[in-house]
Amino acid sequence: MRARVLIRPKEGILDPQGKAVERALPALGFEGVGNVHIGRLVELDAESAERLPELCEKLLANPLIEDFEIEVLEPPAR
Amino acid sequence: MTAWGVVQFPGSCDERDALHACSLAGEARLIWHEDRDLGGIDAVVIPGGFSYGDYLRAGAIARFSPAMEAVAAFAAKGGPVLGICNGFQVLCESGLLPGALLLNESLRFTCRQIELVAGGADGPFTREIAAGERLSIPVKHGEGRFWAPEELLDRLEAQGQVAFRYAEGQNPNGSARDIAGVTNEAGNVLGLMPHPEHAVDPLTGSTDGLRLFAALAGAPA
Repeated sequence: MRARVLIRPKEGILDPQGKAVERALPALGFEGVGNVHIGRLVELDAESAERLPELCEKLLANPLIEDFEIEVLEPPAR
Repeated sequence: MTAWGVVQFPGSCDERDALHACSLAGEARLIWHEDRDLGGIDAVVIPGGFSYGDYLRAGAIARFSPAMEAVAAFAAKGGPVLGICNGFQVLCESGLLPGALLLNESLRFTCRQIELVAGGADGPFTREIAAGERLSIPVKHGEGRFWAPEELLDRLEAQGQVAFRYAEGQNPNGSARDIAGVTNEAGNVLGLMPHPEHAVDPLTGSTDGLRLFAALAGAPA
């Protein structure tokens, strides 16, 4: 199966990458866009989804500073 | 004589300076990241650099190395462990130290001499440095913004685990409460973003960093 893990900075933690993008937008003519936050997307193949949460907690995300969501993609990608 | 081990990961870059600093306060040798046996040393340094390329998050992959398993066991028995810069990140990712280190608020890599104020933490590396003493030590990092939830920060302060703060107005990265270095609860593990191993020779402007190494050796700096 193919899975997709979305990792984002926890709410309330300053996200300077998001801020930098937010500040750049008006200069490029994109008005009215705010609250930008930048996370990470990990896609992977796994034999089972069973251990994915553990894998996320131990490696893909740092649970102190990041939240993660696991999305199992069906049907399996080839 | 204090026997020091300096862990070297692929991507470490400050292990030579750490080795030199340790050798001024004992005898020192490198420990390769694949070594499970620390070989009867008295203290460990996890040096700066970009362990395993710092892919994913700084320090996230290094924590799974055989040498880090040995370091965790060494720390659990009360062995002195000093993590510098990337070493600090590795120790936080390993759970040996509280908190996390995030991208600098400025998003810029910062490299400059900085003033630290000692917090009076009672550990093997800092017991000779009184609270309020100032040390001049360089910082050089892009991901050094110390962060922990407010209640954890309160606890670190209450338990005397804040070993170093950036002097007022000199916080280079947006660290919470100007924190530059913390210890674990037991006090035997210390991590800090500034580089004491780069401040051990008058040639480079300051020898204040040597005090951390000398304290453990019981020798005057």
